[in-house]
Amino acid sequence: MTPTDGLTREHGHELLLDMLRIRRMEERCAELYQKTKIRGFLHLYIGEEAVAVGAMRALTPDDAVVATYREHGHALIRGVSAEKIMAEMYGKQEGCSRGRGGSMHLYDAPTRFYGGNAIVGGGIPLAVGMALADKMQGRERVSACFFGDGAAAEGEFHESMNLAALWHLPVLFCCENNLYGMGTGIERAQSETRLALRAASYRMSAWDVDGMDVLAVEEATRRAAEAVRSGGGPHFLEFRTYRFRAHSMFDPELYRSKEEVAAWKERDPIELFRQRLRDAELLTDDEDAGLEALASDEVERAVAFAEAGTWEPVEDLERFVLSEPAPQREVAS
Amino acid sequence: MADAPDTRPMTLVQAVNDALDVALSQDPRVLLFGEDVGMGGVFRVSDGLQGKHGEARVFDTPLAEAGIVGYGIGLALAGMRPVAEIQFAGFLYPALDQVLSHLGRYRHRTRGRFTVPMVIRAPYGGGVHTPEQHADSPEAVLTQAPGVKVVIPSDPMRAKGLLLAAIEDPDPVFFLEAIKLYRSVKAEVPSGHYTLELGRARVARAGDAATLVTYGGMVEVCLKAAEVAAREGVELEVIDLETLAPFDAATVMASVEKTGRAVVVYEARKIGGFGAEVAARIAEETVWSLQAPVLRVAGWDAPYPPFSAIEHHYRPDARRVLEAVRKVLAA
Ligand SMILES: Cc1ncc(C[n+]2csc(CCOP(=O)(O)OP(=O)(O)O)c2C)c(N)n1
Ligand SMILES: [Mg+2]
Repeated sequence: MTPTDGLTREHGHELLLDMLRIRRMEERCAELYQKTKIRGFLHLYIGEEAVAVGAMRALTPDDAVVATYREHGHALIRGVSAEKIMAEMYGKQEGCSRGRGGSMHLYDAPTRFYGGNAIVGGGIPLAVGMALADKMQGRERVSACFFGDGAAAEGEFHESMNLAALWHLPVLFCCENNLYGMGTGIERAQSETRLALRAASYRMSAWDVDGMDVLAVEEATRRAAEAVRSGGGPHFLEFRTYRFRAHSMFDPELYRSKEEVAAWKERDPIELFRQRLRDAELLTDDEDAGLEALASDEVERAVAFAEAGTWEPVEDLERFVLSEPAPQREVAS
Repeated sequence: MADAPDTRPMTLVQAVNDALDVALSQDPRVLLFGEDVGMGGVFRVSDGLQGKHGEARVFDTPLAEAGIVGYGIGLALAGMRPVAEIQFAGFLYPALDQVLSHLGRYRHRTRGRFTVPMVIRAPYGGGVHTPEQHADSPEAVLTQAPGVKVVIPSDPMRAKGLLLAAIEDPDPVFFLEAIKLYRSVKAEVPSGHYTLELGRARVARAGDAATLVTYGGMVEVCLKAAEVAAREGVELEVIDLETLAPFDAATVMASVEKTGRAVVVYEARKIGGFGAEVAARIAEETVWSLQAPVLRVAGWDAPYPPFSAIEHHYRPDARRVLEAVRKVLAA
């Protein structure tokens, strides 16, 4: 555990609040799924919040973020409003992707959030390309790419590692190793389960991080992002974490034991951090309740916004597939 | 089918599971693999098969589709009978290099000395609120791969017989299973081994007013449209292609020659979809018997939308099929 020395009350509260915001939003999403307000796919990030919360802190608004289908938390912490996220999950046109993305395809231009991605590994080469553009333009920005342990088996992962290292590109690879790709345990999918070690074999700086410790995540990401930003080439962080819920909404979870899940829940990133703040006398009962209230209020506002949202008209079904000609200007005759 | 008299009611998922079980039981070369297949797979299609046939024959692979297809080609070249599962047909895209560049080309390149008797199964199509790649219908892309057969069953009984035929077939076969049909219908399925011939379309309902040509998940939609039309005294003939490649032109042309009118129904994007091929073949082979233009009812020229109030507008339904029927009848 990283020490809490030097941690300010304010900073601690922000980190705790951000983790709570994700947790409460997603708990609500699960309920809404049962009520069929949200349908199709819904991949919850519950248990892994410390990763997105810690890592986003180290990024600047100029940086880019590429994520996966398990990206609600990343979007929220990157600055996409809970309202827009929730409306998107409902499929309403007030959503951040105008209702055409759904839970797996949240996008947001102002925060340079280049999306969720329903295809495992699909975002990795995109992040490398964005980093190449930055390098060509002499911009000191980081392209941060989140993906899972399962993605490390896809060819695109290896192609991207190689190119990023070969061309010394400003990419920050953020691997969320939650030990499973759907129902397949990492030891049955990877010949080398220490994914940072594999990244290092491409000759890039890579290390693993306790992904349940939000301070450790923040510190590691800061160090790596700074190095990437200052021309140090690609860096790879393997966050060791765990998903508490099912892979998606239909998953009988035959591949892991209740005991294993319970053991990881002992290391719930929110409870761990809450306790540390209390031990360091940085959090009172009232403050804690205040943070919880903020998180719940945000969720309620988001749900109300999504409920009040509207459906895209059917006539628009084929819009935005190709560029549309600019509206004709009146020409005086 | 004479030697398989018993039948049991099954869903399409159960029928496919049963076919796989029969194939694994009777041929030691048959292997079943893919992402999470050992545990039963996303749709529980392979439930119980690893327990029964062992981990050496029913196994999980890492998450890498190009590899899944590529290793399958290698296994088939080396004498095995691989049956690979791709979790959703839309996840075939990372494997398209293996599909388009290699899978079907061995026989031709080697003038028949090397063959790839492999089956690639994948759930496809919409109607269950899954977006984009999780609802894609990429069959037209697959029919563009030379040397590959493409089979799409429309009910449990036919799924089992066609899958067994596909596994026993000497050529690579794509076997696409409509997600919408997985659990929506139960029908009597014969037990034990039986096969249905690949490369044959069938008349799913006889009629004389117009022909609906379709396959897979759209067959039930067309049958429903035909039922509605019948109430108004219009008898539609529904042709279920079952095998898209090779294409059974004779059955389609015989029907169109009889009715003089054709509507092709498919749920993929309209442009360049397999229905375009069907319409072209009708124009080439039996244009003189047509009394109306051939119409297509298909998906929109946009990615499949996520769940929302507009999803059901994207996937063709009986209402849209009947609109097209009215047009061809009025012509
Ligand atoms: C190309 C592709 N293959 C398969 C899938 C189905 N699928 C979705 S998530 C997943 C597991 C991914 O595991 P991992 O990368 O570890 O991420 P996690 O879900 O654990 O966050 C699979 C197999 C997919 N979406 N895309
Ligand atoms: Mg994982």
